[in-house]
Amino acid sequence: MTFFTELGRYLLMIKGMFSKPENMKVYWKEFMHQCNDIGIGSLGIVVIISVFMGAVSAVQTAYQLVSPVIPKSTIAQIVRDTVILEFAPTLVCIVLAGVVGSKIASELGNMRVSEQIDALEIMGINTKAYLIMPKVAAALVVIPMLVVISGVLGIWGGRLAGVASGILSAAEYDKGLLASFFAYNVFFALTKAYTFAFIISSIPAYYGYYVKGGALEIGRSSTKSVVVSCVLILFADYILAALLL
Amino acid sequence: MQIIYWLLYYYNNNNEAGSGAAIEQPLRRTLQQLVVYAAVKSSYQFVLMIEVKNIIKGFGDKIVINDVTATMQTGKCNLIIGTSGSGKTVLMKCLVGLFEPDKGEIVYSGQSFTAMSEEERKELRQQIGMLFQGSALFDSMTVEQNVMFPLDMFTKWSFPEKLKRVNEVLDRVNLKDANKKFPAEISGGMKKRVGIARAIVLNPKYLFCDEPNSGLDPQTSLVIDKLIKEITIEYNITTVVNTHDMNSVMEIGDNILYMYQGQKEWEGTNQEIIFSKNERLNSFIFASEFLQDAKDMRMLEMKGKIDNNRDMDDMMK
Repeated sequence: MTFFTELGRYLLMIKGMFSKPENMKVYWKEFMHQCNDIGIGSLGIVVIISVFMGAVSAVQTAYQLVSPVIPKSTIAQIVRDTVILEFAPTLVCIVLAGVVGSKIASELGNMRVSEQIDALEIMGINTKAYLIMPKVAAALVVIPMLVVISGVLGIWGGRLAGVASGILSAAEYDKGLLASFFAYNVFFALTKAYTFAFIISSIPAYYGYYVKGGALEIGRSSTKSVVVSCVLILFADYILAALLL
Repeated sequence: MQIIYWLLYYYNNNNEAGSGAAIEQPLRRTLQQLVVYAAVKSSYQFVLMIEVKNIIKGFGDKIVINDVTATMQTGKCNLIIGTSGSGKTVLMKCLVGLFEPDKGEIVYSGQSFTAMSEEERKELRQQIGMLFQGSALFDSMTVEQNVMFPLDMFTKWSFPEKLKRVNEVLDRVNLKDANKKFPAEISGGMKKRVGIARAIVLNPKYLFCDEPNSGLDPQTSLVIDKLIKEITIEYNITTVVNTHDMNSVMEIGDNILYMYQGQKEWEGTNQEIIFSKNERLNSFIFASEFLQDAKDMRMLEMKGKIDNNRDMDDMMK
């Protein structure tokens, strides 16, 4: 199948998501269920990654800043900006592409193979709207929240590691955090988070929804969805950086 | 239909009230003719619930369904039988709209399904129930939630009302004390019964069953067949069953459609199938020697040459 056929089918799937819900209450319930699955389900891994990501960046920045002319509080500035601009949105979203993306693709793929999607279609339910829309909407709500949490924990992790290893004092770190802060960076991080959230939810949904075959194909589509999502995240990361910075 | 009711009402009222003189004679006659036509037309539609007209469906170069025309009747079990790859499942998927036929028309109670918009189809589909080969129950939901799902989606009933209806249909399919179990915790036969309960919970007009007996033991298969037959008569619905099971053919086949290499090879009832001279059909239905003997025996019984209450010991001699 050519690239353009796949792209066309993906766009038609996105278009098909937007229709009047058969019953708003059921859709809302599904949306909340997805928010819980994507948000609470991924919180643990996001917390672990974020703390270590901040800690490592603090230690490695200190290792590279050998000049005595540069104040130590600069380490905090670098950690802050790196975490907000790149690590929190991009790294966390790449991890989420694996965690959430594979779950979405395998869930929908299993539903397709076991004819559950056909059963919904025959009931008169728009399966794209009922199965995909709540996932995409939940990802758009929850993933930016996870990115914000990740940013905060990353900066806190840097402080923890910096102070614990004696690189700089807590006061120096706090001073550095407040110096030359641009609120625009947070806006940029959130723009990336929303873009990546859409990719993380819609690409695996596409691969899962249109899977054909059996268990082997579900595994393959799940892997493919994660790979494609990661590549698209990196591509979108570059485009957004080029456009917005 | 509303016009028909209005005409019937108008006609009856004028007759009962004895006010016929108020209506001019030609107008009265025309009205009478219209009422008769509408009544005949409506009864015709109710009898011929699903019509398949010259359906052609292919995938790539391969034509899977080739010019099939058939009628699925109301209140009867309409069976589609045939060897693997004969196009039974594709025909059923065309009937329910999961596949779009390349040519031809499918008509539900006088309404062309093929010409319907997506919204009209969605409305019609609420009158369709389907039992899938693998039951297609939602894994993450309990039996009760599975059966309640169509009610959640399409009704505004309160929870106690929905629960009452769920228990009614679960009771109807002889499934008790399984409400809180998940599909993974119940047997294949129970899954089929949950599938049937979910299919009939909205009181459908059409019931489709794709190989309802696959993977079931003969005894459970008979229970499922009996249930499908009973529900068809009780709800007066049009049931279409796709099957390989010869027991089903003989037990519930009110109207049988035999498919061979994508074409309709034979059509008739389970009584007629015994006497059919169609070689392809005979070699499919009575494939084994045992079944051939059973057929011969049944033919003799039906012709009255063997007593139904025959003494088997005498026969063995």
